[in-house]
Amino acid sequence: MHEELRVGRFWSILFLMVPVVGVGIFVWAMAGLWPMERHWLPENINDHGAVIDNLFLFILVLTGVIFIATGIALFWFLWKYDAAQNTQPAAFTHGSHTLEVVWSIIPAATLVFIAIYQMNAWADAKMRRPTLPDGRPKPETAEITGRQFEWRIRYPHTTVMEDVLDEHGKQVLDENGKPRRKIVRDASGRPAYIYGDDDVYVANDLHLPVNEEVVLKIKSQDVLHSFFLPNLRVKQDVVPGMKQFVWFRANKTGAYDIVCAELCGWGHYKMRGRVTFVSREDFDRWLTKTYDEQNRAEFKPVTGEAE
Amino acid sequence: MSAVAVPVHDTAHGHDQAMDAGTFIRTYVFSLDHKIIGLQFLFSTLLWFLVGGLLALGIRWQLAWPWSDMPIIGRMLFSAEGGQISPEFYTTLFTMHATVMIFFVIIPILAGAFGNFLIPLMIGADDMAFPTLNMLSYWFMWPAFVCIGLSFLWPPYGAGGGWTSYPPLSAVPEAAPGSQWAQTMWLLGVTFVGVSSMMGSVNYMTTIIQMRAPGMTMFRLPMTIWAMFITAVLQAFALPVLTAAGFMQLMDRILGTGFFLPEGLIVNNSLPATGGGQPILWQHLFWFYSHPAVYIMILPAMGMVSDIIACFSRKPLFGYKPMVYSISGIAGLGFIVWGHHMFVSGMNPLLGMTFMVSTMMIALPSAVKVFNWLGTVWGGKIQFTTPMLFALSFVSMFIIGGLSGIFMAATPVDIFIHDTYFIVAHFHYVLFAGTAMAVMGAIYFWFPKMFGRMMDENLGKIHFFLTFIFLNGTFFTMHILGAVGFPRRLADPYDYETFRHLLPMNQFMTICAIAMVATQIIFAYNFIRSIFFGTPVGRNPWGANSLEWTAPSPPGHGNFDFQPIVYRGPYEYGSPEVDTDFYPQTQPPPSDPARRVQPEKH
Repeated sequence: MHEELRVGRFWSILFLMVPVVGVGIFVWAMAGLWPMERHWLPENINDHGAVIDNLFLFILVLTGVIFIATGIALFWFLWKYDAAQNTQPAAFTHGSHTLEVVWSIIPAATLVFIAIYQMNAWADAKMRRPTLPDGRPKPETAEITGRQFEWRIRYPHTTVMEDVLDEHGKQVLDENGKPRRKIVRDASGRPAYIYGDDDVYVANDLHLPVNEEVVLKIKSQDVLHSFFLPNLRVKQDVVPGMKQFVWFRANKTGAYDIVCAELCGWGHYKMRGRVTFVSREDFDRWLTKTYDEQNRAEFKPVTGEAE
Repeated sequence: MSAVAVPVHDTAHGHDQAMDAGTFIRTYVFSLDHKIIGLQFLFSTLLWFLVGGLLALGIRWQLAWPWSDMPIIGRMLFSAEGGQISPEFYTTLFTMHATVMIFFVIIPILAGAFGNFLIPLMIGADDMAFPTLNMLSYWFMWPAFVCIGLSFLWPPYGAGGGWTSYPPLSAVPEAAPGSQWAQTMWLLGVTFVGVSSMMGSVNYMTTIIQMRAPGMTMFRLPMTIWAMFITAVLQAFALPVLTAAGFMQLMDRILGTGFFLPEGLIVNNSLPATGGGQPILWQHLFWFYSHPAVYIMILPAMGMVSDIIACFSRKPLFGYKPMVYSISGIAGLGFIVWGHHMFVSGMNPLLGMTFMVSTMMIALPSAVKVFNWLGTVWGGKIQFTTPMLFALSFVSMFIIGGLSGIFMAATPVDIFIHDTYFIVAHFHYVLFAGTAMAVMGAIYFWFPKMFGRMMDENLGKIHFFLTFIFLNGTFFTMHILGAVGFPRRLADPYDYETFRHLLPMNQFMTICAIAMVATQIIFAYNFIRSIFFGTPVGRNPWGANSLEWTAPSPPGHGNFDFQPIVYRGPYEYGSPEVDTDFYPQTQPPPSDPARRVQPEKH
């Protein structure tokens, strides 16, 4: 009999360990204590990413409360109503209508609330692309094409634009009431470019300006990939045949990982890129330098191969 | 209501007779008896469970000690790579682990093994409505076994497009080694599983509607049967979509159609001849089946757990009708939530919002079920038997799996955790810590009915305890990895600066996983030994109410040696109408009207 007494106690405590150890591990990881340093959400450097972290923590707290409550209830019922302990006859009840209504309506309301509470953050992340001052969608800084197993990056050559002015020096508006824009041209009539008159191509090494809204166009050449920037809380599958856009606003300089998060073949694990955030000046300098390197070829169309 | 069950089978097939070869084959190989077919499913799926578990260990080995020589079996399997797992084979490992576990283990062990064994017994029928169809549903698994088995034998050693088989990776043979003929075998294999499931589900629906014993109304069915019934409905409506999608992918691969291949695709320097398709279409079609399939993989487990918990709490199931409505609600909502697998797939983000709301709502019936299980345990007289421990652990673990689902239902949070180990943690808590543990409990619970002998309780408890500890060691830590953004399906994630420091935790998980698989040796020993040497038992060793416990253990051909007549539901434990703490469904009510209990009004 004594052994039987202990057995029920043992199993009750085992089930109590589920919420105790479970919550413990999460708290331990959040505190970053040994041996789980940096075992939590990685550093977020995106101004729009903080809302995702906050929603994660909000759901964590909410589900944590339910996890602890149900875990302790299970433990307590097992402890108290163990056949070896409980001298009362089993309660002959088939349920409670009131309880069913209560524990249907409260979770239903909570779940609907969670869903509605997320919608704005979702729309910001996926539907409200940043715009130019005149209201048009902001063009992409770079176009990124996934292919087995690299990220090909193209910076489109960018012409310098200015407002069209009338003879009084006032802005001319188009039919939508937006200022009309035109390409700045030099004396010979050639367009002026920000850094050069051709696209810049690089692979896996994305440079972007910090502290401004950046839009990227992402696509795929072959199979599905997923453009994942863990430190910016950005993820979007790239699909061949589709053009998609992601946007963010980094607030810190430094180099971070670009991860492929959708299975793309045997070399999926090595489809790794880096994104480096630098100041606007450094970015323009880098782009010009990369452009120069790209166009410093021995081959000249006029002279043919260099002698 | 069905007519009186009449034994239609030739009694010459009785087990006492000396058998010739033909009789043996009819009785044990191409058997029409639902119990033999159920056991055939059980043995086959348990063997595949072993295969799937070993494949998982391959994945875990690579994640803990990447590119290192696997001890003992590494040299045998990968002699060309010096015992290393190659990156191609790593994709095969996780593709086949999932394929085997889902299509060859969980779905057939629930519907095929327990559905077959339990449905006629629990509703008081002598067999299934269509015994021949039932036999075929098992034997159509074999072409699937052969297809998947063959794909392993020659290069490239198995499909590698993930169990979700997203095109273009899976549809263009040049895209990956595993997308060559192995992928065709994979598609054929899955199609055969589908044919088998469809035969089963038609049979289960018909049997449950038509063959119930006198007095067995729908609301007197045990939860197991309700769950099997709803599962069969889900199968019947969702499966044709997967079959059609599978054929579309086969045509893309073989006939050169372009359902899933867009214009201008350049895969590995080859230009497919066709275009104009849409890769995301496959994802819609695939998940239109595979999300309901998630409930196909959990509802029967929920049903069996309800029966086990009520039996060992010695108390009626709390909220029987809300439980029935919950599984019906899960089944209905299950058809409109598939998009939550595709929040970052490139699907219209507006659609993501509607799928978020429906997905949040499907958490509700699951929550109601958990509360009702807690209500069942409350106020009972709990017996900590092995099946009860497994059933309780199902509840405890399902809470974790259910709550972690809310994170990924929330679309903004899913942007970060999608395709990370947070997802892997979630579905292993539902499918392994949930369903597989419930299946273990169900094996311990119904083993005496299957073989007329008990499994060893002490070994069972050791098996439970070690599995419980090690499964949490393996899977709970995955939540933490997911919070760091650790991606799935990467042969070597440690190349990334963000994830490099996670190696020690992965090694811990792998050690737990190896220990967890090793623990199953205790189960295998107990299972096989008990078939021959377990303690023989009578009809009702657990003191349970439902009809199968009134049949002999094991039941002979035709199941019941009397005509079962049902007077009440299966959960009247501790009823004041009788002196025992159980009250079988076939026991007539007391003749003295004063002893009869008035039904509760809710």
